[in-house]
Amino acid sequence: MATHCVDRELLNDWHIVADRESLSQDKPFPTRLLGVDLIVRERAGSFEVIRDDTGVALKSAERYGFIWTCLGTPRRDIVFIPEANEADRHLVSGGSIAVKVSGLRAVENFLDMGHFPFVHTGWLGEEPHTEVAPYNVEITAEDEVLATECKFYQPIASPTAREGFVVDYIYKVIRPYTVALYKSNPIQKHRLDVITLFVQPVDEENCIAHPYLCYLKDGMEAATVRSFMQLIFAQDKPILENQVPKRLPLDPRAETPIRADAVSVSYRRWLRDRAVTYGAIPAQV
Amino acid sequence: MITLYDYELSGNCYKLRLLMSILGIDHKTVPVDFYPGREHKSEWFLKLNPLGQLPVIDDDGLVLRDAQAILVYLASKYDPSGTWYPRENPALLGEISQWLAFADGITGTASAARLHDALFYDFDIDAARAGAHRLFRILDEHLWFVEQEGRQWICSAPQPTIADIACFPYIMLSEEGGISRQDYPAIRRWCDRVKRIKGFIVMSGVFPAGPARAAA
Repeated sequence: MATHCVDRELLNDWHIVADRESLSQDKPFPTRLLGVDLIVRERAGSFEVIRDDTGVALKSAERYGFIWTCLGTPRRDIVFIPEANEADRHLVSGGSIAVKVSGLRAVENFLDMGHFPFVHTGWLGEEPHTEVAPYNVEITAEDEVLATECKFYQPIASPTAREGFVVDYIYKVIRPYTVALYKSNPIQKHRLDVITLFVQPVDEENCIAHPYLCYLKDGMEAATVRSFMQLIFAQDKPILENQVPKRLPLDPRAETPIRADAVSVSYRRWLRDRAVTYGAIPAQV
Repeated sequence: MITLYDYELSGNCYKLRLLMSILGIDHKTVPVDFYPGREHKSEWFLKLNPLGQLPVIDDDGLVLRDAQAILVYLASKYDPSGTWYPRENPALLGEISQWLAFADGITGTASAARLHDALFYDFDIDAARAGAHRLFRILDEHLWFVEQEGRQWICSAPQPTIADIACFPYIMLSEEGGISRQDYPAIRRWCDRVKRIKGFIVMSGVFPAGPARAAA
């Protein structure tokens, strides 16, 4: 299962390997990235990331409260989240959780509204409000997959919601294993709460979800935001872990999409075009 | 009113929410940031429970820890039918206590495996899984004989008891620790029966029973 990654796009990019707060000074933290065993350990007041097989220290950085590393040569900077600079937001990890499925499946699930009434029953959806209204999907100038005008009826859309309402969503796939969700804030309706899901590809069939929450503080405790995120994500987890196959098929004929899956269809095509194969079942040519 | 110090993803907290839902006990919850905040090891929480473990309840000043102990208390005090913890039946109370201890064993194995796999706890995963399978095998055989005798629940009573509630959550969540229930058909049938108890509620990771089979 710990196959080697050959995708340059992934090898030469930054990935999260640990939540800074959960690391201890005296105990090295073992993890794995793209099939490579790593050790995260403290050294002179900061953390370094070591390859377990060679003992070589990798490029590493600390941002958004997480430890990042790159197995190759970084071709671009860590994803920039403008909302992380806004002082009136909670900026917290939702809690890193390991999931036994390809990280690409985790990203795709994050993009899917169709499952809300069935998996997040009573929270992000409920029968009979099951229809996913048509929405727009485009590839941006920055080469991201962007889904806009997504609307869905949610009984309890956020920890402070007191009644059901139709919630506006924007989804953005920023990198193959990074996806963000923008959701209208229930109090300041013209501003958006942001959840960025950084997925650590542990190997092809295992990942760690590192959700990074940028929620407006107005009327909301950080612990409440975190607890809501975990409530929702833990509903997805068993569904994700029971997906077969565990890797994401990129052949358009492998799984049958419906109109509600437009963003997922674009995501899979975008992965094919960028020659991302790690965690995927590549399309047959 | 009862205050439950609660963590959504804890099976031991869930068993209290579940019994309180079934018995219709009004309560409020105080969310404790167990992960990643480790708030159960914080100074304020250790004053409540020096063991640093969830759940804890506070019922008008009576502070209790330990999920199994709290189930005993809640059923004894708030179950007018007296069936969930039948105080007048010593043999049954013995049986219930036996299976409450068994439930602690499930926490020490199946729940430990789940914490290892999902939340990076440094446990011996092989020992945890092997221990859970050993307990599941014992319970599966027990439930098979229960069914042969025309009964449905863990203890020798016509109704479910708190033993069923105590054992249910970490069995239901076992796959998150890499422990399949495929080889335990009697356990799977019993899980479906628990899910059909009036007042049953889910937690994240537990789904409701499918529609009941139409009567023949």
